[in-house]
Amino acid sequence: MIKFENVTKAYPDGTVAVDGLNLEAPTGKLTILVGPSGCGKTTSLRMINRLIEPTSGTIYLDDQPTSGMDAALLRRRIGYVIQHAGLFPHRTIVDNVATMPILLGESRQKARTKALELIERVGLPASFAKRYPWQLSGGQQQRVGVARALASDPAFMLMDEPFSAVDPVVRGQLQDEFLRLQSEIGKTIIMVTHDIDEALKLGDQVAVMRVGGKLAQMASPSELLTSPADEFVADFVGRDRGYRSLGFTKTAGAVAIGEEAVVQLGASAEEARAKATGAWVLVVDGSRKPLGWAQPEQIAGGELKREHLNLSGIAAAASGTMRQLLDAALSSPSRRGVVVNEHGELIGTVTATDVVKAIEAEPHLETAR
Amino acid sequence: MNIEWLGRQFDTIVFLLGWHVLLTVIPLILGLLIALPLGWWAHRSRRIYPLLVGVAGLLYTVPSLALFVLLPLVLGTKILDPLNIVAALTIYTVALLVRVVADALESVPEDTVQAAKAMGYRSWQSLLKVELPVGVPVISAGLRVAAVSNVSLVSVAALLGIPQLGSLFTQGFQLRFFTPIIAGILLCVILAMILDGLIILLNRWLTPWTPKVVAS
Repeated sequence: MIKFENVTKAYPDGTVAVDGLNLEAPTGKLTILVGPSGCGKTTSLRMINRLIEPTSGTIYLDDQPTSGMDAALLRRRIGYVIQHAGLFPHRTIVDNVATMPILLGESRQKARTKALELIERVGLPASFAKRYPWQLSGGQQQRVGVARALASDPAFMLMDEPFSAVDPVVRGQLQDEFLRLQSEIGKTIIMVTHDIDEALKLGDQVAVMRVGGKLAQMASPSELLTSPADEFVADFVGRDRGYRSLGFTKTAGAVAIGEEAVVQLGASAEEARAKATGAWVLVVDGSRKPLGWAQPEQIAGGELKREHLNLSGIAAAASGTMRQLLDAALSSPSRRGVVVNEHGELIGTVTATDVVKAIEAEPHLETAR
Repeated sequence: MNIEWLGRQFDTIVFLLGWHVLLTVIPLILGLLIALPLGWWAHRSRRIYPLLVGVAGLLYTVPSLALFVLLPLVLGTKILDPLNIVAALTIYTVALLVRVVADALESVPEDTVQAAKAMGYRSWQSLLKVELPVGVPVISAGLRVAAVSNVSLVSVAALLGIPQLGSLFTQGFQLRFFTPIIAGILLCVILAMILDGLIILLNRWLTPWTPKVVAS
């Protein structure tokens, strides 16, 4: 647990970066500090490992005040990931990752073995171990940064905009993999970001801060979307709140999934026409995995081929959220959303009307988090 | 060129070359060792930097001959003592390298320094294990300038009668005989090139991590 108790940071010129912050980041959870630039989120983060000293107030690490600790020893207990990874350019990837264990007195040999495991754990090939940071892309460097922070197996991690310096596709991948990693390791993490979507996607709880270094609201992502504390939070969380909050509502059998007749590639136009509901028929492969939608009229005498497929529909998992289900229906050319099981095999289809009915029927659906 | 003369004087020339090497290399190493903490100090403090770099620049403008003559008074050495030359050239080396070391430390990316601190390196650990190693390319570039400059400055000491390759110049002028002068110049140039090459190799050995630039 990391706890802020009445923490203030004021500079000699009178600027107040953080103003009386009270906040608790529970053990094993990912707490996100989010807010516009100048809200003091990074200052707050850096006060935890005392890269910045608070002017007043106390920060506790598992109920011990950090102010009495040796700063260097305190920092060795906390993994730290920064925006551009900040890797040591003169060390190989494996030695970068092994830095903390060696600093803590572990043998070079042991530290390197552990580092190699971590490099693979964050999704990099072991062959990268002997490379130097400049030989890696920004996204790869960021993975190394995460591995380096994890190397000493710290109970706490601080992450300062860890995914914001890479392109959106890589960012999405890094976020997904990080969520998976965190579900395995369960560290007590505080992450800073300016990106509310990232905060809502990753956070177990989200602290929204306003300019002047005050906490505006601390809540779970779905609570932020459904009951923002004030206008500032509502504005900051942004538009489409109603739609986005569906992303936290599990479908959990609330929506009726309809049967859908299917054909396979190679089917004749007649067969496709016979199976079609309306103008569209769903095409699956040998193991009932959806491939796309087709219009029998376009097959024109021949057989059903890949080029006839319309790929615009997105399949939703039956275990997913209302938002994914609704999106599946809306993105499908037939307006019937494809629903699959955990192996990607077809269960059936839903319409937007079905989903909306389910939403209206149960105003207090169980939330995902 | 009188090759026969060169052959007869071979032992003397080797002796002079040996002294020249010593008088160049010892101040280079001493100068670097002194410049490291001074450069670090200049890098640490915004107020000290202009002061140290300013004084260093001034020192470098003092004519070498004047320094060779003045130092015995300050150090209490004899005017013919080679120690004067070592001291003078160390001063020049420090003057050149203080700024170089400060700039080398400044060249280390801020992210890197911050990461070292955040991972729990104490400031001396960060300096020795991160900042100096990362600053090596800048320092060796400065060291190359200092090495070549020392090779030429040493020869001025011939005017005081301290043996090194410069002695060949004075001898040649006195005898109105060009062979020793040409031999001295050639040996100075070769020595400078060898020292330069050695520093380049040392730099390459210390920085296997720098991006390989394709030779153009």
